[in-house]
Amino acid sequence: MNAIDTHTDLAIAMRGVTKIFGDDPETALALLQSGRSKSDVQAETGHVVGLDNVSLDVAKGQIFVVMGLSGSGKSTLIRHVNRLIEPTAGEIVVNGSDVLKMSLDQLRLYRRTQVAMVFQKFGLLPHRSVIDNVAYGLEVRGVGKAERLKEAAKWIEIVGLSGYEQSRPRQLSGGQQQRVGLARALTLDTEIILMDEAFSALDPLIRSGMQDQLIELQKSLGKTILFITHDFDEALKIGHRIAVLRDGAVQQIGKPEDIVLRPANEHIEEFVRDVNKARAIHVRSIMEVGEHEPCAQSVPRDARCEDVLPLFAEHQWVGVVDENGRQIGRITAKQVIKALARHTPGVG
Amino acid sequence: MFPELIDTRPLRRAIDDGLNWVVRNWSDEFEAAAYPLLMLLKAIEDLLIATPWWLIMAVLVGIAWLATRSWKLPAMVLVSLLFLGVMDLWEDAMTTMALMIAATITAIVVSIPVGVWMSRSLHVRKVVTPVLDLMQTLPSFVYLIPTVMIFGPGKIPALIATIVYAAPPLVRLTDLGLRSVDPAVMEASRAFGTNPRQRLFGVQIPLALPTILAGINQTTMMALAMVVIASMIGAGGLGYQVLQGIGRLEVSRGLFAGLGIVVLAIIFDRITQSFGRQLQGRIGLAEVR
Repeated sequence: MNAIDTHTDLAIAMRGVTKIFGDDPETALALLQSGRSKSDVQAETGHVVGLDNVSLDVAKGQIFVVMGLSGSGKSTLIRHVNRLIEPTAGEIVVNGSDVLKMSLDQLRLYRRTQVAMVFQKFGLLPHRSVIDNVAYGLEVRGVGKAERLKEAAKWIEIVGLSGYEQSRPRQLSGGQQQRVGLARALTLDTEIILMDEAFSALDPLIRSGMQDQLIELQKSLGKTILFITHDFDEALKIGHRIAVLRDGAVQQIGKPEDIVLRPANEHIEEFVRDVNKARAIHVRSIMEVGEHEPCAQSVPRDARCEDVLPLFAEHQWVGVVDENGRQIGRITAKQVIKALARHTPGVG
Repeated sequence: MFPELIDTRPLRRAIDDGLNWVVRNWSDEFEAAAYPLLMLLKAIEDLLIATPWWLIMAVLVGIAWLATRSWKLPAMVLVSLLFLGVMDLWEDAMTTMALMIAATITAIVVSIPVGVWMSRSLHVRKVVTPVLDLMQTLPSFVYLIPTVMIFGPGKIPALIATIVYAAPPLVRLTDLGLRSVDPAVMEASRAFGTNPRQRLFGVQIPLALPTILAGINQTTMMALAMVVIASMIGAGGLGYQVLQGIGRLEVSRGLFAGLGIVVLAIIFDRITQSFGRQLQGRIGLAEVR
């Protein structure tokens, strides 16, 4: 376990974080560290291993997705970042300060000013109006009434809930309630936002809209977002980097296409099998790099395979251009098909 | 016959002597300590009796209207109060109401903090729960007699007995209400950096208020259930009329006074329940979950 360099531009760094649930976690921890498996530890001590030696780095301004099935420990993981759950062992550094060394008062200040959170079950206060819910974080922070209501109204408008300021949460649909949850987190204007299965309780269509909105917001605000989901498609769509969690241990960390193209083990391959790879893979990661001769049709460098597929009906080659319109590579239908087919079982 | 393992007589004598010693040496101090309670009861009683009957009717009917915003409950309250007046029970009813209100106020002041404390600590709950069981199940005469010995017959022991009997449900329901606040909401509040006080007053108590109000409703009902027993040791009021009815074998007197107690119970039960429902609707717990 390496000590964390606090001078890097990492927003969140976790090293060897382990969480054991039970009355006597130390004994179970010793067993675990001596190399015993989790099922052994559980059978012997009756303690449940929630997280097993998790290390990950989240760079500033990134959407980092932690993906895992239910019971994989992902919700436990995210609660370590703002210390809603205390780890049994390990180190957590956020924006250069050690979260585990904070006193209770420091921790409260940290939660008020540096990390905001959005919850799967929304966690709105049912007895308060929408605007008072959105202003809640500022109220806790001690901001005056006029100022916090002004700020809350601004974010309510941005998430598209104008006109609902005086409604009660229960009068809103699930999607609207989660917009309130999102606005409540954004109003705090923290650098880091934690989102625990924030969109999992929503209908597919609304979920997709919320994902787009989140991507837009992140682009314009440059926030660091740690996003938890059990939905691989969602992870691929919004994640800059993805960590796959299983049984409390990190299986693979990488860019979306790394995971799709080079799954680290069978478990991840199972996810990849059902996923829409055309959406996950960026063309730049499979293109023929180089200037080549200019192509009649071209796509921007962050285009995905699904964006170029229709173009092959007319053209053999499609160019890939950077922000300035300079061609940086080209791609054919064959290359795309090869990339999409690579991990399909029964082929090759 | 169960074999006699120990001789219980010395133990019993020790308890009796101990009580006698307390009565001899400490009764003045006890009376002084209970004096604020007496003042509270006196003040409420004087106020209720000094207020003209029509004003009390107007106030109670108005409260009933505020609680329901419909005409049904106010009409019922009006008829009930007219019954008390017509049956010549008005003054006794005010005395009984004063006892009930004083007991309820005291119970609220004591029970809610105890309930809050219980909801936060498993140890406290383990200690307080059996005490509450004892308060509710111990026949009231058992603690009535020592209280009368210490304070002498009168309003103080009556009030104390009523409080002992009526406070436990409020403690229990405060504890229950605070503990059953949606954990997801509590966690969200914690994630925003609230301290325990902010969570208690900003989240827990507002969300537990319907349950706490149900506790207050129970307390008023149980206080009214004690009025006959309380009148045996000098509380007066409707309970005294019932007692006299029994003593003189005047069935009508006992019946009318008894109905008077029922009428009071109905008025306060319906009003507090309606407030509870209104509150639940406002918080939105009625539809959700």
